[in-house]
Amino acid sequence: MTVVIDRTRGPDPAQRSAGSGGDPVSAAERVRKKKATAGLYQARVPIYPKLVHGRWRAIKWALLIAMLAIYYVTPWIRWERPGGLPDQAVLVDFTGRRFYFFWIQLWPQEVYFITGLLVIAALALFLTTALFGRLWCGYACPQTVWTDLYIYVERLFEGDRNARMRLDAAPWSFDKLWRKTGKHLVWLGIAFGTGGAWIFYFHDAPQLIRDFWVGKGPMTAYVSCAVLTGTTYLLAGFMREQVCTYMCPWPRIQGAMLDQHSLQVTYRVDRGEPRGAHKKGMTWEGRGDCVDCNQCVVACPMGIDIRNGPQLECINCGLCIDACDEIMGKLGRPKGLIAYDTDAAVAARAAKQPPVYKLVRSRTIYYGAALVLVSGVMVWGFINRTTLDLHVLRDRNPMYVRLHDGAVRDGYTLKIANRGFEAKTVQIAFTGIPGAKLKIPGEPASSGALTAVAPPNEVTSVRIFVIAPPAALTDANIPAAFTVTDGKLQARAKTTFVTGAGQ
Amino acid sequence: MSDRQIDEHTGVETTGHEWDGIRELDNPLPRWWLWVMWASVAFCVVYWILMPAWPGIHGYTRGLLGKSDRAHVAQELADLKKQRGQEAAMLTNASLEQIESDPNLQAYALALGASVFGDNCATCHGAGGAGSKGYPNLRDDVWLWGGSLEEIHHTIQAGVRTGEDGARLSMMPAFGRDQMLQSDQINDLTEYVVNLSRRPADQAAVGRAAPVFQEQCAACHAPDGTGNPAMGAPNLTDAEWLYGSAREDIKAQIWNGRGGVMPNWGKRLDPETIKALTVYVHANAGGQ
Repeated sequence: MTVVIDRTRGPDPAQRSAGSGGDPVSAAERVRKKKATAGLYQARVPIYPKLVHGRWRAIKWALLIAMLAIYYVTPWIRWERPGGLPDQAVLVDFTGRRFYFFWIQLWPQEVYFITGLLVIAALALFLTTALFGRLWCGYACPQTVWTDLYIYVERLFEGDRNARMRLDAAPWSFDKLWRKTGKHLVWLGIAFGTGGAWIFYFHDAPQLIRDFWVGKGPMTAYVSCAVLTGTTYLLAGFMREQVCTYMCPWPRIQGAMLDQHSLQVTYRVDRGEPRGAHKKGMTWEGRGDCVDCNQCVVACPMGIDIRNGPQLECINCGLCIDACDEIMGKLGRPKGLIAYDTDAAVAARAAKQPPVYKLVRSRTIYYGAALVLVSGVMVWGFINRTTLDLHVLRDRNPMYVRLHDGAVRDGYTLKIANRGFEAKTVQIAFTGIPGAKLKIPGEPASSGALTAVAPPNEVTSVRIFVIAPPAALTDANIPAAFTVTDGKLQARAKTTFVTGAGQ
Repeated sequence: MSDRQIDEHTGVETTGHEWDGIRELDNPLPRWWLWVMWASVAFCVVYWILMPAWPGIHGYTRGLLGKSDRAHVAQELADLKKQRGQEAAMLTNASLEQIESDPNLQAYALALGASVFGDNCATCHGAGGAGSKGYPNLRDDVWLWGGSLEEIHHTIQAGVRTGEDGARLSMMPAFGRDQMLQSDQINDLTEYVVNLSRRPADQAAVGRAAPVFQEQCAACHAPDGTGNPAMGAPNLTDAEWLYGSAREDIKAQIWNGRGGVMPNWGKRLDPETIKALTVYVHANAGGQ
C-alpha cells in the first residue's frame, strides 16, 4: 500500500487531539518558526588576523609586490609597431578589434588562442591543486592579494589584532575617527588605483591618462574605473573571506581535485594531540606538542581553526604555519607542527609508519597529460598560425548570370585577411572550371591569376567575376576553389560555381 | 459569495469564493507590489503633465516638455540630409570614370548605389539586378541602350519610353495586333529569328521570311539581326532574350511589339545619387 505523506497538512487529527494543544501546524508555519530561530543568512563575524613573521609570510609579501607591480606596470610598456598601429605592448583594443601582446597580434577570429590559454590555465590550476592544494587561492588570487594589502593598510592605521579589536569596541573618539577615516581614504585610493590601472589595458595608456583627467576619456573608461573602484573597496575592505567562502565557486570545485596525497596546510594531529597548556619545565612525555596557544587561529585571515582538519574555507596561505613555527621555536620543539603535508602522511605517522608522498598518481597523470596535450595543440596551432587568410562569399542574388554568348558568369566576394604588418601583393587564382576567366569589375578579364593588394592588418574585399565558357557548363553546381598567395604564404577557400544548367 | 471563513491552517480569512472545494485565502497584497503600483500611478500623473498624453476633440494635451515625435523625426531627417550632403559632395564634381577609378569614391558610390537600388530599382529589376521576363537583367553583358557608364547614366537619368523629351525611345510595331503582317508571315519570321540565334529552324520558313525581315525588321535590328543600341533594338543573334527565347515567346513579341517603361529618375533622385547608381549598376554588370 502506498502511503501518501502530505506535508502541507498538520498531524493526523487523531494524533492531534491526543497531542498537546492540538494546534494545526502547516508547512508555512514550520518555516516561519525555523526562520525565527536560525535563518539562512549568517551575519559576518569580524576577523582580525594577527601579523605573523616567517617564511610563508615573506613569500606572500614578495608575491604581493611582484603581482601588483605586474598589474600596474604592464600597460605602460611600449612596443614599437609599424604604421599607425598602437605602440603599447599589451593592449586589448576593442575599437580596433585587436589584441596586442608584445610581438603577438590576435584578431577576433583567433579568439580560440585565448580560449586555449584559459583551458591551459584551468588545467594548470587542476594540476597545482592536486599536487600542492589551493596555492592559487593562498598566494596569487587577486582577492587574496588585495585583501592582504587592505589588511596591511588597516594595520598601519589601527595597529595589530588586539589594538584593532579594542578600537572597534571603543566608543567613538577623535582617535578612532581619524584612524578609521584614514584607513578608508587609503582603501579608496587603492581601489581607485586598481580601477584606474585596469582601463589602461584597453586604451593607449599615456593618451588615456591625459584624457581621463580632463574629462575626455571614453565613457567605458570612467564606468569601468568606477565599477572596479567600488568592487575593490567592497570585496577587499568589507567582504574579504566571505568572497572565498560564499561567492567563489573554486572552493567547491577544489574538493574534486584534492585527495589524501595532496599537499596542503595540515595540522599534524599525530604529533599535536593530546593538546593542552604547557608550563615551563613540564615534561613533553605523554602529550602532544600543541600547547593550545591559539596563534594559528588568530593569524588565519579566513577565521578558521586549522586543527579541525582540512576545511572548505582554508585558502592554503600558510600563515598559521608561520604562527605555529614561531611558538614551537620559543618552546624549543621542532617546527612544522602545522606544515604543508598530506593527509596520507599524517595517517601513516599516526600508525607509526614512515610517511609516503605520492606526487605521481592517476589524477596528476591525467591532469598533467591533459595539460601537455592542450599546451601542445595550442603551441602547434600558434606556430602554424598564418597571417594570410581567405574567405569566399558567392553571390546569391543572382546565383549566376548568363551572358550573350551562352557563357555563365558568377560573382564572388573574396575576403582576404592580411594579419601581418606589411602590405601583401597577392595572386588570386581560381581552379575547378577549365577555361574560366577571372575579372575584377572595371578591369579586363584574364585567363590567368589576378593581382590584388591586401593592405596590412585588415580584411580586404575583392569582387571577382568568374566567366565559364559554355563548354565548361557540365553540371548545375561545379566544385571550385580560390587560392591567394603572396609567394610565401598561401590560403585556399572552397566554393561552388553555379551554372544554372538544367534550369 | 459572502461565505468568508477563517482558514484552519493559516488563520487567514478566505475570500468566500469556492471552486470544487478549493478556497482562496484573502492575503493582503505584498507590500513591495503595492509600492510599485502607487509609484506607477504617481509616474503616470507626472507623465501626463510633462508629455503629450490625453486626446481631445481638436488635438491633444501637449505636455510641459514640448516633446513631439514628429518634430524629432523631422530633425533627424534634416540632420541625415545634412550629413549625406557632405558626403555626396565628393561625388558632385567627380566624373563617372573618376568615381570608378578612385577606390574610396567607388566604395562610397557602391554602398550608396546598393541602397538606392534596393529602394527604387529592385521592384522591377530584382534585388540582385537579375531582372525577369520583360525587365532587363542588369548583371549580364547585354545592354539594350548601351552598357558604358555614360549610356547607363543617361538611361537612368531620362528613363525609357516615359513620353518626355530626352527619354530613351523605341517602339516596336505590333505586327500582328495591328494587322501589319499576316499570321503566316509572323510564323515564318519567328522561324527566321530562331535561325538567327543559331538554333535549328524550318529552313523553308526562314527562306520565306528573309525578305520580310529585311523589309520590316532590319531598319532597327540591323540586316544581320545584331540590333542597334542607339535605338534600343535588341541583338537577336545572342543567347539573351528579354521576353523569352521559346518560339511562342518570340511570336508573341512580334505580334504585340511590347516595350517596357522605366521612370525618369532624374526627376526623383539627386544627381549624386544617380551617379552612384550608375557606378553600382556598371560595376555589378562587370563593367563595359
